Formats: sequence, C-alpha cells, structure tokens
Amino acid sequence: MNKTVKIGRKILSANEEYAQRNRELLKQKNLPCLNFISSPGSGKTTLLCKTINDVKDKLRIGVIEGDIETDIDAEKIRATAAPVIQINTEGACHLAAAQIARGLNALPLDKLDMVCIENVGNLVCPSAFELGETAKIALLSVPEGDDKPAKYPALFAKAHALLITKADLLELGPQIQFDMEKVIQDVRKINKNIRIFPVSATTGKGMSDWYQWLVEFATAVDR
Amino acid sequence: MHEAAIAQSMFEIISEQARKYNAKPVKARITCGTFHTVNDELLSEAYQAIARDTQCAGTEFEIEHKPILAKCRKCDRKFEFHLDNPACTECSSDDFELLPDEPLILEEIEFQTE
Ligand SMILES: Nc1nc2c(ncn2[C@@H]2O[C@H](COP(=O)(O)OP(=O)(O)O)[C@@H](O)[C@H]2O)c(=O)[nH]1
Ligand SMILES: [Mg+2]
Ligand SMILES: [Zn+2]
Repeated sequence: MNKTVKIGRKILSANEEYAQRNRELLKQKNLPCLNFISSPGSGKTTLLCKTINDVKDKLRIGVIEGDIETDIDAEKIRATAAPVIQINTEGACHLAAAQIARGLNALPLDKLDMVCIENVGNLVCPSAFELGETAKIALLSVPEGDDKPAKYPALFAKAHALLITKADLLELGPQIQFDMEKVIQDVRKINKNIRIFPVSATTGKGMSDWYQWLVEFATAVDR
Repeated sequence: MHEAAIAQSMFEIISEQARKYNAKPVKARITCGTFHTVNDELLSEAYQAIARDTQCAGTEFEIEHKPILAKCRKCDRKFEFHLDNPACTECSSDDFELLPDEPLILEEIEFQTE
C-alpha cells in the first residue's frame, strides 16, 4: 500500500510572489506597465520604437526587453533614447516575474510615465506567467493568419488590447488572405471588452488611435 | 516549452516533500487551468530530465485540466466555456465574462511505502 499525502500548493507561487511585489512597486510609483506578447516577428520592437518616438512629448516610456540571448532589440530601443534594460532568458520561452523585478530595479522609474515589456517572441507560453503588469497587449500580424485567436485563445482572452500589425499588407489584395472581421469576431467571443487596433508601423496608418488609447490608459486614475 | 520552468518548480516541491517523508514519490496529482496550456508529455519529460539520478526519478503525473469558467452577465450563472459554442448554457446569452484561469496546483503526492 502506498501512502498519499495532500499538498495543495501552487506550483508557480514563487513567480506569483515576485509578480505581486512588482505590482506593488508599480502602484507605489503610480506607473502603468504593459506586457507586449506575440509570436516572433509580429512587429513588437518596430511598434515600440515608433510609439516611443511618436508619443515622447506626452509619455516617457522605459523598456524591459526580453530575448532568449541577444541584445539586438535592446539596441534598437536604445537608439530612440528611451531607457532600456535587456533581460536574456537563456533559452526560456517567456519572461519570469523575478526578471522583471530586476528590470524595474534598474530603470529610472521616477523619470518615467510608463514601463513597456517586450516579452520573448512566443504566442503561447508568456501569457501563463504573470509579471505584475497592469495589462497585456497582444500583437497579431497580418501574415500570421486570421486563425490564430481561435487556435491560441489564452492570450487573446487575457489581453486588454490587440494590435493587428502590418495592416499595410492588407492592401496587397488577393495575394494575402486575412479576414479582419473573422479575427474581430473570434476575439470578441472570448473577450468582450478588448480594444482592437489595426495598425501599420511602416505607413503609420491606424497608429494615432493606438496612441490615443495608450495616453488615456497611462493617465487614467482607475486603470 | 514553458513546461521546463513548471517542471523545475514542481521538482523543488516534490523533492522537498520526499525528504520530509523519506520516501520515493511515485505519483503526483496536479490540477491546472486550461489557459496554462500545459502539455502533459512535455511536462513529464522535463521533470524526468531534472529528476534523473534522484529519488524523485520516475514520478508519474496525473494532470487534470480544468475548463475555463464564464459568468453570464444576463442570468448571472456560471458555466463551462467552450470555444465551439461560446454562449451561456442556461440562457444562451453571449454576453459573459471569462473567469480567471484556475491556478496550477500540486494537489497530492503518492509515496512508495516499504
Ligand atoms: N510590412 C510591415 N512590416 C513590418 C511592420 N512592422 C514590423 N515589420 C517588419 O517585421 C519584421 C519583424 O519586426 P520586429 O519588430 O522585429 O518583430 P518582433 O520580433 O515582434 O519584435 C521586421 O522585418 C519589420 O521590419 C509593419 O507595420 N508593416
Ligand atoms: Mg523584438
Ligand atoms: Zn445566462
């Protein structure tokens, strides 16, 4: 006869404790923090660079860059003059809350209005790890296809906003298959309140609506 | 892929308990919300790689994936959410909110006794 012992412990409790501490620090500094999540190549770095430049008169943004092992993206952010902290996950497919704690500690928080985290490129894993962020922002690029929200609902269910990136490619016409209505419908089924912005960082189309939301979100008292 | 990180935390809890009871853990029962997207096989493989050559090697896993629950805004009832029919099972309303995913919990461990 074997002996069964009740445990009842949260397996990710260590991560959750760090996330809670990050949340408290951000609250104390009154800083909103956005966690950008998408597949590799959806346009997170490009969007962040352009956003930082275009809203710099209204928001001072600091960035935590998560990458498996390079600092290529952090260099691109650095070129915008925004403070950036590089975190290498050394193989892991997601950022953990302890790494964000280190990032927050290294950023000049008192000189910022917002912290943006670029998570490791991955549509599935990062959304299972709370970082203490104020909101998750999902990106889905047009060339990835319109079936992704139905296939990978977890991120789209949790995100505050969805950026449909590379919307300029829709103008290629029949060369590209992407049913915007289907995406919006699939996402709304699992997340009624999500804000959806089709944007192109290359042409700038749709970006002003995103900026307006971003600035409102950053300055809202009850975010 | 995030199974490796989960396996590491799980190994830490299980090996601590194995020391406490001074017994070999043969089975662990886990519950987990669907949106954690945990793959049972990957989790087990990652755990076995970490536990190799310890008394935790070979622990079997029984993972119960808990459905996503939703709360209807019209009739206030809770129901199991399914993507293929996203509507309240009581009143058919499609105005509902998804409740937070169930956490990942190590419920119990079965130890081998002499
Ligand atoms: N056509 C088009 N390409 C874009 C757009 N935004 C980014 N890209 C391209 O997509 C590729 C990946 O972008 P990147 O920002 O590095 O994606 P990340 O991996 O999510 O950070 C790069 O070659 C970008 O130039 C866009 O709005 N339109
Ligand atoms: Mg990038
Ligand atoms: Zn109902």
